[in-house]
Amino acid sequence: MSTPQPPMPQAAPAWQAAPGSAYPTYTSPIPVVRTHLGHAISSEWTKIRSVRSTMWTLGVFLLLVVGIGLLVALLVAAKSGDADLSGENPLSFGVFGLLLGSICLITLGVLTTASEYGTGMIRTTMVACPSRGRVLAAKAVVFFAVAFTVSLLSVGLVAFADAALLDGARQPSGMEWLKGTFGISLYLALLGLLSLAVGSVIRHSAGAITIMIGLVLAPLVIALFMFSESLDRVRTALFEYSIPNQLSVFYSNSLTRSGPSGWDPLWIMAGVTAVVFAGAWLLLERRDV
Amino acid sequence: MIELEGLTKRYGGKLAVDGLTFTVRPGLVTGFLGPNGAGKSTTMRMVLGLDHPTAGDVRIDGRHYDELKDPLTCVGAVLDAGDVHGGRSAFNHLLCLAQSNGIPLTRVHEVLDTVGLTSVAHKKAKGFSLGMSQRLGIAAALLGDPRILMFDEPANGLDPEGIHWIRTLMKSLAAQGRTVFVSSHVMSEMALTADHLVVIGQGRLLADTSMADFIRQNSRSYVRIRSPQRERLLHVLHEAGITVVECGGGALEVDDGKAELIGELAARHRIVLHELSPRHASLEEAFMRLTAQAVEYHAHSDVPGGSWPRQASRAGWGTGWGAGRRKGA
Repeated sequence: MSTPQPPMPQAAPAWQAAPGSAYPTYTSPIPVVRTHLGHAISSEWTKIRSVRSTMWTLGVFLLLVVGIGLLVALLVAAKSGDADLSGENPLSFGVFGLLLGSICLITLGVLTTASEYGTGMIRTTMVACPSRGRVLAAKAVVFFAVAFTVSLLSVGLVAFADAALLDGARQPSGMEWLKGTFGISLYLALLGLLSLAVGSVIRHSAGAITIMIGLVLAPLVIALFMFSESLDRVRTALFEYSIPNQLSVFYSNSLTRSGPSGWDPLWIMAGVTAVVFAGAWLLLERRDV
Repeated sequence: MIELEGLTKRYGGKLAVDGLTFTVRPGLVTGFLGPNGAGKSTTMRMVLGLDHPTAGDVRIDGRHYDELKDPLTCVGAVLDAGDVHGGRSAFNHLLCLAQSNGIPLTRVHEVLDTVGLTSVAHKKAKGFSLGMSQRLGIAAALLGDPRILMFDEPANGLDPEGIHWIRTLMKSLAAQGRTVFVSSHVMSEMALTADHLVVIGQGRLLADTSMADFIRQNSRSYVRIRSPQRERLLHVLHEAGITVVECGGGALEVDDGKAELIGELAARHRIVLHELSPRHASLEEAFMRLTAQAVEYHAHSDVPGGSWPRQASRAGWGTGWGAGRRKGA
């Protein structure tokens, strides 16, 4: 049986006298650190690099973007005479791999937040860092950096290959280079960030991934089957603002004449992501973990 | 020190935690006891800022959990040993927690050593047995060398050796002056570990007492006697100055009585005895009675509190608890 204790007086809680005034308390030799966003970021970096799903999604992304990109470049270079390509932007052949690759970034973005809910890790995370906004911000910073870097490397590689192999095509301008590498990488990283926010709201990996893939594909698919004349304008808008079409805008050969052009897709994606991210932040603060 | 004041949590129409007020003090193991679904885990989640209270307040050393600048060096908690990403190794799990609080890397190795997981530090957590997961959870709780520790049902699924290890660990942590707050639904386990006891049922506080007091009041030993010559026996015992309590079924009970003494007394006066048995009331019984009362209290709120069944016991039981409950509530 337990050792007898002196009777404990049942005093009303007095917050003022709280820090153990009358009671001996333990003092740790570990120095007390005022934690900040930097701590959360290094923690999230350890998390993202220490799970296999990161390696899988990014590995498949590289395989799709670089693999398909190079394959298309080689095929086009081999099959086409010089006449066919004149006036074409050679970088635009990179878009095929990106269409599929974007799904990998969506998956990784969702998993960054939603997987913690699936495993219960989120409770451990939030106990270690009770500032919920800081956790979300750290996840966003780390994911965005990883997604942007990997996108830029792979897209850049494909772009150089395209420019080198397709000598029949015209030389892309400096702006085309910037849009076709830096711009599209930013767009992809933002798409992943949107997925991360959706994952935080939905708290379920499969559900959030399905929603995001639906968002990418549904407008195109719906538009394909919209035969009615009266819906023509809706159909056009769905085409123009669908994510695959927005991707192709970065290579300035949009599927349609009107709709977003130039850097528009980036601003659209940044706006949508900002709104959803703010919603995710608000919900995270309000809801129970 | 953890201080709860009128802490309440409502899920839809159901009150999971109903106006809890108590204090968890340093230097002691405080057992947090209640049947399944009593609101223990919800209370612990509110202490840790995971759930927002519907009403009331809970503070850790005077501050809300989300105001702590160094949470892991202040509070270490094991809510559910499974709260780990299974694909991450034990080492990386602890590393990311240490980084989030600026805790030096050496502590990761130290706590792995403390819980005995050093040899499997780079194995994935999903391959861990329940006991190993529990140890990983404890390692995470100890990471910041915190002055407050919280364990939610730590003995669940552990083998006897593991239970013994946890019990010893909790006692030594409290002996160092730390606050140790541990929930359980097993009274006998708490009796061996806790110095102080907080009992809840249906989200309400039922008792807030020292373990010593609880044992003193509940683990009484007594002698149960039945005799066909009841009146004569009562007279003889009275003559001998022995206090007797009459209880149901014609049985008599003598607190702290010596069976030998009563037997010899009866033999001397040639009284026939049908039963003479020394008995101990178990703490488990006391706990179940206490919490059953809460359940009944909730189900038929119009029935007076004293109407709960009295099996094999005397009327004096539970009266002290009623007082304890009023004091606590």
